[in-house]
Amino acid sequence: MILPGFGLTAQENLARARVLIVGMGALGCPALQYLVGAGVGEIGIVDPDLVSESNLHRQLLYGPADIGKSKVAIAAGAMQLQNPAIQISTYPIAIERQNVLNLLEGYDLVIDATDNFQAKYLLNDAAAILDIPLIYGAVTRYQGQVSVFHFPDQDNISYSYRDLFPVEPVDAISGSCESLGVIGVLPGIIGCLQAAEAIKIITGIGKSLAGRLYTHDFLETTNYEIAIQKNQQIQSMTRDAFLLTDNHAMIDLDEIDVEEVSVETFLELKNKGQVFVLDVREREEYPPIDFSDAQIPMSELGQQIDSLPNKDICVICHQGIRSVYAAQQIQAKKNVKTYSLKGGIIAYFNKTT
Amino acid sequence: MELLIFGSLTDIIGTNKQVLDTPVDTEMLRASLLQQYPSLGKVPYFVAINKTMVQGNHPLQEGDVVALMPAFSGG
Repeated sequence: MILPGFGLTAQENLARARVLIVGMGALGCPALQYLVGAGVGEIGIVDPDLVSESNLHRQLLYGPADIGKSKVAIAAGAMQLQNPAIQISTYPIAIERQNVLNLLEGYDLVIDATDNFQAKYLLNDAAAILDIPLIYGAVTRYQGQVSVFHFPDQDNISYSYRDLFPVEPVDAISGSCESLGVIGVLPGIIGCLQAAEAIKIITGIGKSLAGRLYTHDFLETTNYEIAIQKNQQIQSMTRDAFLLTDNHAMIDLDEIDVEEVSVETFLELKNKGQVFVLDVREREEYPPIDFSDAQIPMSELGQQIDSLPNKDICVICHQGIRSVYAAQQIQAKKNVKTYSLKGGIIAYFNKTT
Repeated sequence: MELLIFGSLTDIIGTNKQVLDTPVDTEMLRASLLQQYPSLGKVPYFVAINKTMVQGNHPLQEGDVVALMPAFSGG
């Protein structure tokens, strides 16, 4: 490459850089392609999703033959052909409060290519704790945004997404591309801008978007730049406080349907081995039972949902009330079907004895 | 003053640009908009005056260009 300010050192810096892209959708695909093209040495890509037909118009790394396959696997395969010198790590998982710090650790820079507020706030807070520059991107219908957080601007001030919006909005308010629709080229533009910011930060050339919120309008082909101001009320979060924060405070559990099953249906499911039986009573509760696969008291469930197996789960408790709530929590966090035993253990013993 | 409206707020207000009489400050602006468009109460947004974000309340002057920016989350 012969480009003023972009010599051998810049290329070496790129080859040594480690970048994590979270989200392999309409923002993540172009960002990945251009970082691979630029020669970034190590790239991690995170996304639990499988390719679906409705993705194809805006997620150009995938074709009809990839439907039903893992996005990160397909993306990594295509990129490996493009540039075999690059090391790509794939993480086919959703980012969560309990794994996000471990995922980010060791990367020089993170690209937020996610499509929901919960992930955006997790990434923002984790990047703040680990002091890793975060390249934020998002789109809504005909407009898209880019900025750089946790990286000093020209006045040596670093900003956080929480300076813009201190409290996480509810996702339903704003909607995703999948639900609202988007013209594929818009997230393409935004994802490319994110890759551009990454390349500038890695090589140290130019002026990054730190301290500036850049909004692009597709319909008018204009952009609007806003100088971000610090919100003095935002305090830095410790690792411990971050890990203890309730991840699902924003999810409306009432919206989650749990199938309440009778004792007969429960016995059928259990005898066929179709469900994992989880007792959520506290340990001192009576009577002890011998037909559950695990007991995690309701008070400890939040921290232990990840340890549950990836199969359908039937939750039981004393009367069948707590178990509905527990089943909703599990379903909100894990993508498994949940049941609750109607009437709980009282109903069970009245039917079987 | 001129009002520029971004993202999902354009659906609520029905336009992306508006000229209005200048309220005293940004709190007054927010209050009068909320009265006119009650759905604004459900969408968090920040205000920028002449391309600089405002934290808290800030006086407004004739000729200011005020942007209303909601959070974007799609991707």
